[in-house]
Amino acid sequence: MQKNLTARSVIIIVIILVCAFGIIGFPKSTADLKKNWDNNIRLGLDLKGGSHLVLQVQVQDAVKAEADIVINRLKEDLKKQNISWTSIDRNDPQRVEEADDVTITIKGVPATQSSAFRNLVNERDSDWVLTTLNSTDYSMKMKPSQLVDLKRDTVERTVQTIGNRIDQYGLAEKSVQQYGRAGDQYQVLVQLPGVDDPARVKELIGTAAVLEVTDVKDGPFPTRDAGLSAHGGVLPLNTKLVKALPRGGGEGEQWYLVGRSPVITGRDMRNARSGQDEFRKWETNFSLSQDGGKLFGQYTERNIGNRLAVVLDNSIVSVATIQSKIEDSGRITGLGSDEEATDLARYLRSGSLPASVVYLEERSVGPSLGADSIHQGFAAGIAGLIGVVAVMLVYYKRSGVNAVLALILNAVILLAAVSYFHAALTLPGIAGIILTIGMAVDSNVLIFERIREELRAGKAVVAAVDAGFSKAFLTIVDTHVTTVVSCAFLFLFGEGPVQGFAITLVIGLLANVFTAVFVSRTIFSYELAGHRQMEALSI
Amino acid sequence: MELFKSTNFDFLRWKWPFIGASLVLSAAGILSIVVHGGLKYGIDFKGGALMTVKFAYPPPDDKIRSAMSQKVKGEISVQDFTDPASVNEVAIGTELQEEKLLNVNRQTMADVLTATFGQPSSGKLDFNNASTQQLIDRLRDPLARAGVALSQPQLEKLVGDILNFRNTPPRSGLVTDFTQLSAVPGVNPAIINTLKQECYLAPFNIRNVEMVGPKVGAELRNKAVLATLYALAGMLVYIAFRFEWIYGLGAVIACFHDTIITIGLFSLFNKDIDMTVIAALLTLVGYSMNDTIVIFDRIRENLKFMRREPLEVVMNRAVNQTLSRTVMTSGLTFLTVIALFIWGGPVLHGFSFALVCGIIVGTYSSVFVASPIVLFWHNYADARKRRTGPAPAVAPAQRAEPVRNRPTRAAK
Repeated sequence: MQKNLTARSVIIIVIILVCAFGIIGFPKSTADLKKNWDNNIRLGLDLKGGSHLVLQVQVQDAVKAEADIVINRLKEDLKKQNISWTSIDRNDPQRVEEADDVTITIKGVPATQSSAFRNLVNERDSDWVLTTLNSTDYSMKMKPSQLVDLKRDTVERTVQTIGNRIDQYGLAEKSVQQYGRAGDQYQVLVQLPGVDDPARVKELIGTAAVLEVTDVKDGPFPTRDAGLSAHGGVLPLNTKLVKALPRGGGEGEQWYLVGRSPVITGRDMRNARSGQDEFRKWETNFSLSQDGGKLFGQYTERNIGNRLAVVLDNSIVSVATIQSKIEDSGRITGLGSDEEATDLARYLRSGSLPASVVYLEERSVGPSLGADSIHQGFAAGIAGLIGVVAVMLVYYKRSGVNAVLALILNAVILLAAVSYFHAALTLPGIAGIILTIGMAVDSNVLIFERIREELRAGKAVVAAVDAGFSKAFLTIVDTHVTTVVSCAFLFLFGEGPVQGFAITLVIGLLANVFTAVFVSRTIFSYELAGHRQMEALSI
Repeated sequence: MELFKSTNFDFLRWKWPFIGASLVLSAAGILSIVVHGGLKYGIDFKGGALMTVKFAYPPPDDKIRSAMSQKVKGEISVQDFTDPASVNEVAIGTELQEEKLLNVNRQTMADVLTATFGQPSSGKLDFNNASTQQLIDRLRDPLARAGVALSQPQLEKLVGDILNFRNTPPRSGLVTDFTQLSAVPGVNPAIINTLKQECYLAPFNIRNVEMVGPKVGAELRNKAVLATLYALAGMLVYIAFRFEWIYGLGAVIACFHDTIITIGLFSLFNKDIDMTVIAALLTLVGYSMNDTIVIFDRIRENLKFMRREPLEVVMNRAVNQTLSRTVMTSGLTFLTVIALFIWGGPVLHGFSFALVCGIIVGTYSSVFVASPIVLFWHNYADARKRRTGPAPAVAPAQRAEPVRNRPTRAAK
């Protein structure tokens, strides 16, 4: 028994030390202690203040972009093989739910060339399924497995890009993660503690940011109508008129006629930054992905002297003339100022969101409200706890001390878990903690009442403690397992805050079984060990 | 100290009045929900924009409402906080027709407030609603001109300290006079003068903005309800496995009963149901379940050596044996929750209200809802068995069982 007791005590002390280290580390001074505490016990946005945004990735954009690439490639391939066609188009779904409906329709392929056509498509575009509509028309849809991959990849890239973009602004704490069940909602959760200005946050993330680099056919025109009338009121095939963003030089509106299908898009853009050339003039350097570089190289080689426009969300941010073949990296020179070069670099970088995003939810808790809620919630929690401790001590006397020690240890383990899991303490989490503490109190009460009953039935102290613990243990297991079962379901089917509640509760329950049964039992054993023949227990 | 020593109350004799009370409460709650045309959801579940604004004086609700209605479409709600901890605070809610308006709405609401209560034409910055970056940008040059030489990090620290001072209670976001700022370390008269020149003090502070698209709101609500239902089903299965299926059913019906009454009370008191309330409902389900299982556990234990007693006596005995712990646990939990309810502040208000109701209802439902359900079923099953008579084919097998006169009561 004595040896057993020592082993138990060692286990308890080790766990206490591990937990204490998790919460406060190795503080060397009181200032250190506070710093470590603040670092380890992070508060959620609802308590600390900050911005919380949920956005939805418009995955249909990515599927459409993929379809555009296939269309371009198909046209080139068909030309090479001398297969004729009348039109190749895709539909234009606007909603996320319709992303799977993106379809390419090919019309007017002569019946005599149908087998050559089908061979070509099956060979070159194996990710797409070709369906024959009639003897000359076909439709193509992306394979379901490819669709799933593409959509997942799009969301992942969006998460990464937004994360990088926020990093550039040097925010210390941020969290960007996929949100929603199994990713089928294509939602991204962005949390920025301490950022008190959501307008700035949105500016950081960039709203839609579909970046395209397209060829400039004509312009600039002072108005849209001027652009139209220059072409006899009808735009040439596959072109559109796009307005340039004003550059503050007071030059008025500028419209350009640009190609409808981009040469490269934001997907091909790797990085961009501002710099100065040999004549100390401002310029923006950019680099492209391998595939993008190949495409861009072919295009720029053929079009030296022509102009290119950088189009962000249907507005031109910059127009430049191609001076030489550009492959995987290039520069846009002759910019007016450092600011202009930096802005352009930012535009180019921001363009690498693979799809546009729509905001679904935005919350910002002002730091003053956060400060108040901590203040009040903390005061109330402490007041409640003091009441509980006082009642336990009065009602159960010496044994009450056991319960209070077990309660404190429970809270310490919970806080340590929060720290080790890098979780943040939020209101629903605190709800879980309150239920935990309620159940911790309950476990102790159950045991003590049981011991009292056994004492009343005339058992000796040691036997009563033994019986009390073993009988109450069954009940404690039942109540705890039931709650753990419910937590499992809440975690599986719930979302966000509900999951947070479930996790805190499960950790709390495990800690509870440990403290109420194991630790409390050990303390009792210590008390009894010295006095085998103890006649009265302070309970 | 002991409150209850070997009590012997006949709890189940009083089951009918309590069941009646439960039915009346549930009916009143459901009726109130029907009369109100459904539950009053908070912004989390309904979608919309909600702005919490603290004013320097009692908020002029009508003025706010009329100013808002000129710029924002749809229904506009302006609600004062009754909580003593949030004096002069008001919640302004507007509807969001579609997700796309999320961006526009916030700005519009803030602009309306500035136009109505601030001094937008002065060209100065509203100090009470300025962000750190705005204030840094605004003060950099004027401070230099006023002869206060600060490096960028120094300026950032100064502005951070000033805004921190503004945000901590008792200011809680509202500074009414720039001279208050002299309490901030590092602030000298020159800085206060510059602040006075560059900024003004609007009589309000936007403390909190929440915007939820309508689609997300409905989705969140459905998911929370589904998760809770699955959790209840999970508990039913577990208890059925550990006890008997009727015990599981009784416990789950009791939890359901508690949830319905609590939600009904929310409807009666016209309180919003938001995410924190859902967290509270989950807590109370856990709590009520815990309470019920403790009693069931004791019933199961008693059944082992009280085989010949009627089930009602066994149950009464179990309730009496656990009475002390029920009162202690409920009382202590209630103590914590009531502290949260009184001092916890507006954010925790709905949460603690749900728990206050839930603990009261949850405690008595274990005794007066869950146990009677088990009792009724067993009485019914026994009566049916007696009616059908001791069929010879069954009788020998039954006689072989230890629990002869109450075969359906046997606990695993």
